[in-house]
Amino acid sequence: MDNLLNTATLIGIAHSGVRLATPYLYAAIGEMFGQRSGVLNLGVEGVMLMGAFAAYYGVFLGADPWLGVLAALLIGALMGLLMAVISVTMQAEQGISGIGLSLFGLGLSSLLLKVLVGSPISIQGFPVWQIPGLSQIPIVGPIFFDHDVLVYIAYLLVPISLFVLYRTTFGLKVRAVGQNPEAADSLGVRVNAVRYATVILGSALAGMAGASLSVGLLNIFQENMTNGLGFIAVALVYFGGWRPIGVLLGALLFSTVSAFQLWMQVLGAPIPPDLAVMLPYILTIVALAVGVKQIRQPAALTKPYERGE
Amino acid sequence: MARFLRSPRFLEIALPIAAVLAAFMIGGVLLWLLGANPFEAYWVLLGGAFGSVSALAATLTKMTPLLLVALGICISYRGGVINIGGEGQIIVGALAATAFALWLRDLPGWLLLTLTLLVGALTGAAWGAIAGVLKARLNVNEILSTVMLNAIALQLMNFLLRGPMLDPEQIAAGTNIAQSEALPRTMWLLRLAPPTLLHAGIILALVLAVLVYLLLWRTTIGYRIRTVGLNPSAARYAGMPVPFYVALSLILGGAFAGLAGAVEVAGVQHRMLEGLSGGYGFSGIVAALFGKLHPLGAIPAAFLFGGLLVGANKMQLTVQVPSALITAINGLVVMFVVASEVYVRRARRRTGREAAAASLQSDAAPVTQASTF
Amino acid sequence: MRKLSWGVVLILIVSLWLAACTAPVAAPAGGAQPAAEAPAAADDVVRVALLLPSTINDIAWSQSIYTSLKELQAEMGEDKLEIAYSENMFNVPDAAAAIREYAANGYDLVIAHGAQYGDSLMEIAPDFPEVSFAWGTSTRTGADQGITNIFAYEPRGDQAGYVTGVLAAKLTKAKIIGLVGPVDAGDAKLHVDGFLAGVKATDPEVKVNVSFTGSFGDTALAAEAANTHIKAGADVLTGSSQQVVGAIGVAKENGIPWIGVQADQSTAAPETVMASAIYDWKQLLKDIIAKRAAGTLGGEVLQLTYANGGIRTIYSDAAPADAVEAAKAAEAGLADGSITIVAEPR
Repeated sequence: MDNLLNTATLIGIAHSGVRLATPYLYAAIGEMFGQRSGVLNLGVEGVMLMGAFAAYYGVFLGADPWLGVLAALLIGALMGLLMAVISVTMQAEQGISGIGLSLFGLGLSSLLLKVLVGSPISIQGFPVWQIPGLSQIPIVGPIFFDHDVLVYIAYLLVPISLFVLYRTTFGLKVRAVGQNPEAADSLGVRVNAVRYATVILGSALAGMAGASLSVGLLNIFQENMTNGLGFIAVALVYFGGWRPIGVLLGALLFSTVSAFQLWMQVLGAPIPPDLAVMLPYILTIVALAVGVKQIRQPAALTKPYERGE
Repeated sequence: MARFLRSPRFLEIALPIAAVLAAFMIGGVLLWLLGANPFEAYWVLLGGAFGSVSALAATLTKMTPLLLVALGICISYRGGVINIGGEGQIIVGALAATAFALWLRDLPGWLLLTLTLLVGALTGAAWGAIAGVLKARLNVNEILSTVMLNAIALQLMNFLLRGPMLDPEQIAAGTNIAQSEALPRTMWLLRLAPPTLLHAGIILALVLAVLVYLLLWRTTIGYRIRTVGLNPSAARYAGMPVPFYVALSLILGGAFAGLAGAVEVAGVQHRMLEGLSGGYGFSGIVAALFGKLHPLGAIPAAFLFGGLLVGANKMQLTVQVPSALITAINGLVVMFVVASEVYVRRARRRTGREAAAASLQSDAAPVTQASTF
Repeated sequence: MRKLSWGVVLILIVSLWLAACTAPVAAPAGGAQPAAEAPAAADDVVRVALLLPSTINDIAWSQSIYTSLKELQAEMGEDKLEIAYSENMFNVPDAAAAIREYAANGYDLVIAHGAQYGDSLMEIAPDFPEVSFAWGTSTRTGADQGITNIFAYEPRGDQAGYVTGVLAAKLTKAKIIGLVGPVDAGDAKLHVDGFLAGVKATDPEVKVNVSFTGSFGDTALAAEAANTHIKAGADVLTGSSQQVVGAIGVAKENGIPWIGVQADQSTAAPETVMASAIYDWKQLLKDIIAKRAAGTLGGEVLQLTYANGGIRTIYSDAAPADAVEAAKAAEAGLADGSITIVAEPR
């Protein structure tokens, strides 16, 4: 047990945590944009699976991994369009249409795997790319700069989304539409157009989250390989208080505790494995309950907008 | 006639059916691509769900947990909380019910059964209360807490079924399959139509649907839950303890899911095992929303959705298509049906002020108006 | 008025409840209803139905038996063996409905490929005395309840674990092996127990780090577990259940050998998978079909072992000769009974 606390192990835990946070980051930052504009998309899980399969299948056919990522983005955007038509234009109840989208993505991706590939076969996705120079820095290097390229992009998304959300007109519109759509509308913002944009953008990122698994971390696709990860990503948006930094902290907390419990098991800590697996879920709730200042959710979240109501 | 065809009452029935048909058409294309005959497949699905006594019994068996979970969802959503913790609440309810029934196995059957179901409901309520209190006291969002609590419940089940609650027979045989000992026969719920699995739980669920209706619309507690859900600030202004009712709606939601778990144990499985929750925590949400978040509307909704799930299995069996295709079609059905709602709302608005006012007062208020989250 | 309606409701509930509680104490008599007319196989076609808890391409539990059945079909001819399957039947009532359906539709043999289906099977089997059922993992045939048409079968996962353990112990140079498990129960537990015994028998100095993901499908966590094992010094990895595809991907990327169980996992990454101890159900299925033809509809327990060829190991050409030799010796020892596996408490 004492060797759980030596430097090498701690670096190992942090390294795993940084890597494991990747799919959550993509999916949760995407979901954050949708929610900021007032749309709750519970279909992240299904979109991730479709994105993961699209990227996997592209590479399986011999395409470059980057093309796979592009395919994931496109498929994600398409799924987002579907969600937007249903939840923005048709004003359907958002929680339930998201569950429908999840089922659809789960079913279709498994079906495609079975028909097009059969049993899962591993592919050559993105290799680990140690950033020259930076990866040589002691401690920091091995933790942050020893990953595949999709991991780096995930972390770059945090400042980018900060900038977009708070420093661009688009971001201003997103926040206005989520907070007070009537007022935004009266100022000439096309509420539903903004929501279409955020839902499609969010789903494209969810597709990329899938790709970060299938051609980044795992190099394979398996039926229902996300196993609830998409729902955790939605939860992390709430954890992060709809802000990029909060989402980042939530994703890191969750994934680092996951990594920690894996190390505990591997090093033979005397704790039943099932209880160890519970840790990240419990700590996320506890951290939010006692440690984090609560933020009000976007006022128009889950409320469809119709002019003149 | 044309007027009738555009009336909200007609559309309310016709549109969901049209939406299901539209989803089936897309599914039909997929079926055809897989080399199956879509018409045959859907005929099998229909027959498998409603076409014979045993099919109906299977549908009703499936409907039981769906309806119970949906009732809890009705209360939660009416109270303005999005409860997606059904899976976890079912699991803890079933675990506690099993442990309790095995502990007091020598009690008379009727007493043991009654107490067991109560224990299941109470444990589900306690699991819901965690999310409820966190929300009421510390403003922890219920989506986050229920998602996490689902995962925690699952691991708790893994832990208990691996050691403390593992069937001694499994240990003796050395197979160590994760399941509990079988419950005493004296407390099994009555089978209504042997050899099918249909059990008395369906009666319980139907009665509870009426009770939930009475609770929500004929009692002060129900009125307050709905008011808090519709307009929390107005409720606060009227002096209602809003956090209490928010917590209460999650607790009641958990109680029904926990009861569903206990009923599955006492009526169908007769022991606790992996996979008992069967996705009912999510399907129950679908059933509740198809039923317009109305306890009585949830009855036909759970029946039809249960039939869809049962018929789909029959279709997989007869036409030999991958189960994934059926999952995808179910997803389409869910999306299309919720999307079709908008036309009912528009028709309602079109039919004029009085009709709109009447429909607002009626119990079947449309989803978006009723559930201001 | 309101009080009255509450009263009515209350009376209704109480009476219904009492009715519902009077569940018969005796086992429901399945014979009350005439058994569905299962058309006896008038011809020489054997119709087999398979109920699977996961999918036929899970490269683990379900795929292993489906593949064997397909191979048997290829051997016997498509006109002699007819196959139907229902996959992803993780919900037991659904599976029970399907079992009944297959039995009623004239299938000769219905295989319930999951321990959780047992109770349902015990109820259904007496209604279809002409149909044979098979149930695994189990050692119970229901003979004590007078049921005669259920075969029970059980793969000796501990034997598969033992042989792969011997191989792994020979392969490791760092003397550390990582094991990525799903949930510590059932077949997965048997596998782990056998694996540890095999490693210990070969080289007591080798350390096996065991981790569980708490799920059968958490591919991402399984992959990270593999990463963790590698970081913790493991230079050979193994594991069971469908989620290990994630771990195999990681092993491949790190150039670390993987040893698979249940199904042939070399299809996932040929250069990485050194060996797979696979469940070969063909002989078992053949035996059941032969017994049925000879008039035995059930009542026997069958096992998959190295002795009867039900478990065999497929070695990669890349596996070192001495390690393969040791593993093959272990196979022989298990087959002739000179090696017995003693699971130690963990």
